[in-house]
Amino acid sequence: MTAEVFNAVWLTAQLAVISISLLLVLATPIAWWLAFTRSRMKVPVEALTTLPLVLPPTVLGFYLLILLGPAGWLGSWWVSLTGQTLTFSFAGLVVASMIHSLPFVVQPMRQAFQDMGTGPLEDAATLGASPLDRFFSVGLPQARRGIVTATVLGFAHVLGEFGVVLMVGGNIPGRTKVVSIAIYESVETLDYATAHMLSAGLLLLSFAVLVGVFAANRSIPLKVGQ
Amino acid sequence: MSTGRLDLDFKLVRGGFDLSISEALTLDGVTVLFGPNGSGKSMTLRTIAGLENGASGIVRFDDRDWLRSKTGTFVPPHLRPVAHVFQDARLFSHLDVAGNLAFAQRRAKGNGPAVSRDDVIEIFDIAHLLQRMPHGLSGGERQRVAMARALLTRPRLVLMDEPLSALDVQRRAQALSFIEQIPEQFKVPVIYVTHQIDEVVRLAKQLVLIAGGRIEASGSSAELMSRLDLPPFTGRFEAGSIIEAKVKRQNTEFALTELEIAKGLQIEVPYLDFPDGETVRLRIRARDVSVALSKPKGTSLRNIMPARVEEVREEADTAFAEVRLSVAEQSLRARISRASAQELKLKPGKTVYAMVKATALDRRLLTRR
Repeated sequence: MTAEVFNAVWLTAQLAVISISLLLVLATPIAWWLAFTRSRMKVPVEALTTLPLVLPPTVLGFYLLILLGPAGWLGSWWVSLTGQTLTFSFAGLVVASMIHSLPFVVQPMRQAFQDMGTGPLEDAATLGASPLDRFFSVGLPQARRGIVTATVLGFAHVLGEFGVVLMVGGNIPGRTKVVSIAIYESVETLDYATAHMLSAGLLLLSFAVLVGVFAANRSIPLKVGQ
Repeated sequence: MSTGRLDLDFKLVRGGFDLSISEALTLDGVTVLFGPNGSGKSMTLRTIAGLENGASGIVRFDDRDWLRSKTGTFVPPHLRPVAHVFQDARLFSHLDVAGNLAFAQRRAKGNGPAVSRDDVIEIFDIAHLLQRMPHGLSGGERQRVAMARALLTRPRLVLMDEPLSALDVQRRAQALSFIEQIPEQFKVPVIYVTHQIDEVVRLAKQLVLIAGGRIEASGSSAELMSRLDLPPFTGRFEAGSIIEAKVKRQNTEFALTELEIAKGLQIEVPYLDFPDGETVRLRIRARDVSVALSKPKGTSLRNIMPARVEEVREEADTAFAEVRLSVAEQSLRARISRASAQELKLKPGKTVYAMVKATALDRRLLTRR
């Protein structure tokens, strides 16, 4: 494995882990809110969080490029904060990945919260659990399957994204060149050996993760928190 | 002290249903909230627990405001010293029985009398279930765990919403005996919602009748029991009357128990496991009572009581007549055919014999006083 290929793999792994970790923190409250709110804002917020699912990645990537660029409000804020641009940087990739994968993480969790319903939460309330306590000690453990599904889907989606990454991050080895782009580049340059290796790696990894998740979901964890 | 004072004066509109409750309740032992389905019983209970945030008005328990809309006071459910046992015995499916108990114990929010884990485990007979998961439990077991868990919060008030509706007849009888002892064992009053008459007879010390989102009447159950047969409650169950009697003697040979209604006036019922001298309430269905002009001889009927006719109400265009009798100053209703009523020339003041089959008086219709 050449250093460049190794760099791409390592970068992709970092990107996936960091994006999904941050995304879980961001998406869980959104999913919770969508599952239980009676606010009139529910429908617009629902549409907004689902948008990345239906937009062509290039469209999303284009707007993100504008937003994250030094002239965009997020990008300019970032520049004033760190002195660096968000576009064509690893941090920019993380932001873009999070937004692009948001629906894949929000939807399964929201479904899991809805399936749980308000019953267990009311039950917990009458047993003395505060709203935050209910979220952590009842909501999360009851929705654990949805959360696992969300993590896996989000993870796989980050590993596989291409269009958005290319638009926002470009193709800078060691900084923004992830596996999917490395595969594209290998094919372009007729380096089929590298393309094979990376593709097979992604394929096996995805398969192994899915098998692991389905196996874990079959045997219900007996005690989760209390 | 299994008593408490609950002042309710609130309105709640939800899904086109309009609930308006205004009542000052002095709770003592088990208070049964009785009414037909869809009368607002559960919503009332949920408002007391703080689970209905659309309610406006006043909910006040023992001089503490739980809800007072005018001043914006709303105590959230997790801060009210109330335990709620739901119809479907909600247990946390991600925790085993011991975990469910621990959840409640750790958060014990009430300042009611101390309740030990060992006590509830023993009283509700769940020691053998502690390591089991909720989905493996039977309906009766789930309810017992739910009750044990609710009491571990050290509540000042226990609310129960038709907790037995998912159980079969035999399990219900068993569960009732657990519920009966809660006020005394845990020194806490209970509000119990049901539309089952046998649960009312068995449990209620006090009764609140609710229909169409309004309270129709409230008071001691002995006083109100006769109202159960009036509209709008009529038709929910068979008409009948409540007779009080004392356990006199056990007839072990024939598995009968003799009850004394008044001096020298006994009736027999299938064996009852109550000590001599205990006062019981007996619900006698009107259709199980028949009437004769003279004391019949050579009959299998064992319970023949002298009675006076108080009122005869013929139901026009039907085969039936309702006769209200007085037996040793207690009221007894009989449902007989209109033809018989006319043939026997039943009129107020007439002396007759009221007859009840011993086997018609089953255990379900009986309760200790």
